[in-house]
Amino acid sequence: MRIEEATERWVRTGGVELCVAEMGDTARPTVLLVHGYPDSKEVWAEVASRLAEHFHVVLYDVRGHGRSTAPQPLRGGFTLEKLTDDFLAVADAVSPDRPVHLVGHDWGSVQSWEFVTVRRTEGRIASFTSMSGPSLDHFGHWIKKRMVRPTPRAAAQLLGQGAKSWYVYMMHTPVLPELAWRGPLGRQWPRILQRVEKMPAGDYPTASLPRDAAHGAWLYRDNIRARLRRPRADAYAHAPVQLITPTGDAFLSERLYDELEQWAPQLVRRSLPAKHWVPRTRPDQLASWITDFVTANEDTAAGVAPRDTVAGGPYADRFAGQLVLVTGAAGGIGRATAYAFAEAGARIVAVDRDAEGAARTAEMARLIGAQKSWAETVDVSDEQAMEKLAEKVATEYGIVDVLVNNAGIGLSGSFLDTTSEDWKKVLDVNLWGVIHGCRLFGRQMADRGQGGHIVNTASAAAYQPSRALPAYSTSKAAVLMLSECLRAEFAGRGIGVSAICPGLVNTGITSTARFAGVSADEEKLKQRKTARLYGMRNYPPEKVADAVLKAVVRNQAVVPVTPEARGAHFLSRFAPKALRAIARLEPPL
Amino acid sequence: MQRLAYACAEAVAAQLKPGVTEREAARMQRAWLRERGVNDWFHLPFAWFGDRTAFVNFRVPLQFFPTNRRLEAGMPFILDMAPVYKGFTADIGYSGCLGLNPVHDKLLADLEAHRELILREVRERRSLREIYEDVERLMTRQGYANRHRAYPFGVIAHKVDRVKERRWSPHLLGFGTQSLKGLASDALHGHRDGWSPLWSPYTFSDHPPRPGLWAVEPHLGFRGTGVKFEEILVVTDSRDPEQSAFWLDDDVPHVRRWAEEKSA
Repeated sequence: MRIEEATERWVRTGGVELCVAEMGDTARPTVLLVHGYPDSKEVWAEVASRLAEHFHVVLYDVRGHGRSTAPQPLRGGFTLEKLTDDFLAVADAVSPDRPVHLVGHDWGSVQSWEFVTVRRTEGRIASFTSMSGPSLDHFGHWIKKRMVRPTPRAAAQLLGQGAKSWYVYMMHTPVLPELAWRGPLGRQWPRILQRVEKMPAGDYPTASLPRDAAHGAWLYRDNIRARLRRPRADAYAHAPVQLITPTGDAFLSERLYDELEQWAPQLVRRSLPAKHWVPRTRPDQLASWITDFVTANEDTAAGVAPRDTVAGGPYADRFAGQLVLVTGAAGGIGRATAYAFAEAGARIVAVDRDAEGAARTAEMARLIGAQKSWAETVDVSDEQAMEKLAEKVATEYGIVDVLVNNAGIGLSGSFLDTTSEDWKKVLDVNLWGVIHGCRLFGRQMADRGQGGHIVNTASAAAYQPSRALPAYSTSKAAVLMLSECLRAEFAGRGIGVSAICPGLVNTGITSTARFAGVSADEEKLKQRKTARLYGMRNYPPEKVADAVLKAVVRNQAVVPVTPEARGAHFLSRFAPKALRAIARLEPPL
Repeated sequence: MQRLAYACAEAVAAQLKPGVTEREAARMQRAWLRERGVNDWFHLPFAWFGDRTAFVNFRVPLQFFPTNRRLEAGMPFILDMAPVYKGFTADIGYSGCLGLNPVHDKLLADLEAHRELILREVRERRSLREIYEDVERLMTRQGYANRHRAYPFGVIAHKVDRVKERRWSPHLLGFGTQSLKGLASDALHGHRDGWSPLWSPYTFSDHPPRPGLWAVEPHLGFRGTGVKFEEILVVTDSRDPEQSAFWLDDDVPHVRRWAEEKSA
């Protein structure tokens, strides 16, 4: 459903007429979306169409924007008090009997903070989702606190946000903003958004942009100085708040929300690796988080025990509700990684050729916090099976947000003992498995255009040559290089790529590894010996899983995990000759 | 004796409520058993709460001793005690949970396979080290970590013997001196004859099960949750497989629980 398909009506309030659009079933809970600056309600088109499947979605053009009329005179017509009157008028018109779920972006969020913290709206708001717009009162207190005690950190935060707020000072100059918006800036704005914000081209911004932006300058002039100078001391939220923080926001520092818990006791935090205009660039993720939050609060209001909306893991704010696919998930690093994402509240697709193991991972993932989880039995080296998997995942579960290409097999033995069959097998799984994963799921991520992350499990053997692991090391070195190349290609699409190089980790790979050039009995013996050696080293796969999650959050390129992997990585850069000397040693097997 | 110890565990578990500390739980076990005539120990009672049931971040043996960690709703706990009464030793482990915890339930249910596996392989007279590795493999397949590796020498079991009754039975670092003496003497004799009273992953356990009583304690860990049982396995030199090894008692809380789950 597009926003054009919404039904529109006008609500008269305080001398202006507001254009209100409605979508979805009116019997469902009402979600009210408030746009920012310099936007009109159309900024929500993508999010609204997704939400309309579950809710009664209402959008309105803030006074002076889009198809709403502007107050006369403009000065003093955009105060937060008047905007609160508008909100109440719209809420009473679209949902007279039930409180609404409020969602605000940018200035929409700034004014929504006012709605959710003033007494006269109590009982009219069921929940509030805020993105990229702090409460001016909270902001005022934030500044005061740092000015009173300017520790180095406080001063740096103050200066950082001060620099990011350059446009706020510009807005306070008379006439100039209006001239710029009605002139060249208005014309260039769509192109600027596409280039700087990576916003997809389309029917946004609307033709009313220059006028909207010129009127909206009064939002700043009517409120900023007054509120920052004298912030309200009672700006406590009377409804549950979900805070979505885009980590790449050029206008707002993440630090602004550090002490938000004191103002909003029922706070759920989410973070998103995106720039400022998330309603346009990340509609799927926003719709998913808003749906979860609204549903949880509706359930609570209806007397259903509240579901734990925040999973316990350290990265729950980032991965809750995201779809994560892990290959080789029946054991070792894959399983630990699936569990770590599950603990953060993600939805998990556990893929492995061992059906029983994958099912087990999916089952346990659900028990520890995964919203949903599925097991899929696929051999990653089988191109057709992988294609089918990609198709099935896209249709039944959605587009993957994080892909972990982890499946791999071990192969030890000198080059002369390694047959072409051995080479084929190890490259098929370790390299082609990764290629299939990146190609199929990477394509889906790129086509969706809403970012994502790919993690490829390489190995410390990728940069540590060894006479005992020629085939394995070659396959892993290829994975490392593939990851680096892909990272360069996908950077422009908001998709991160990380290569993980674990090192010696206590997993099942040792007991199934092939040993070329030895008899079956001897191979068993060597497998057992290696497994014991790795067991004695006893580096747990859970630590590698933690490194995977950290790599995704920080978008790290190459992540050596164990101390020996880090040591070898360091030597590969600064003393490769030493590594070559180590490569000649016969391993004690 | 084992029944008395399990009765103690069940009585103490029933009294646990939010706010009770591990030290208090251990004291409750000691008091309960002392009232019933126990004055010697193989080891003093332990209690582990929350992620300490999975030995999270355990590095030194002192961390096994009860702490001031308080029990909270939904938290798993383990009570472990080894009282000696009239020279007979029991060593039991009891896993429980204060309220609902589906992860704990799942782990406890999965422990049943280990009880069966250990008995089957002991009857097959496989080497203790091999059985140890098979148990570990099963744990890995189930998706869990082997937490008994964190015990001293990584043991999954140890031999228990009769202990001489003394009026004064001191303990050293939480272990009864009489029992330690017995274990040391077994270790000495065993070393001469090529066996060990400790069932570990190391070469000294690479021998078939030795007749006697073994306190077996497979311990599963899954992130912050750990469960175990500990009970006596009787190993004899009988040629009849059924008689060559058997669990001393099948009427123990965890076995009863599994039976109830199956009949439900």
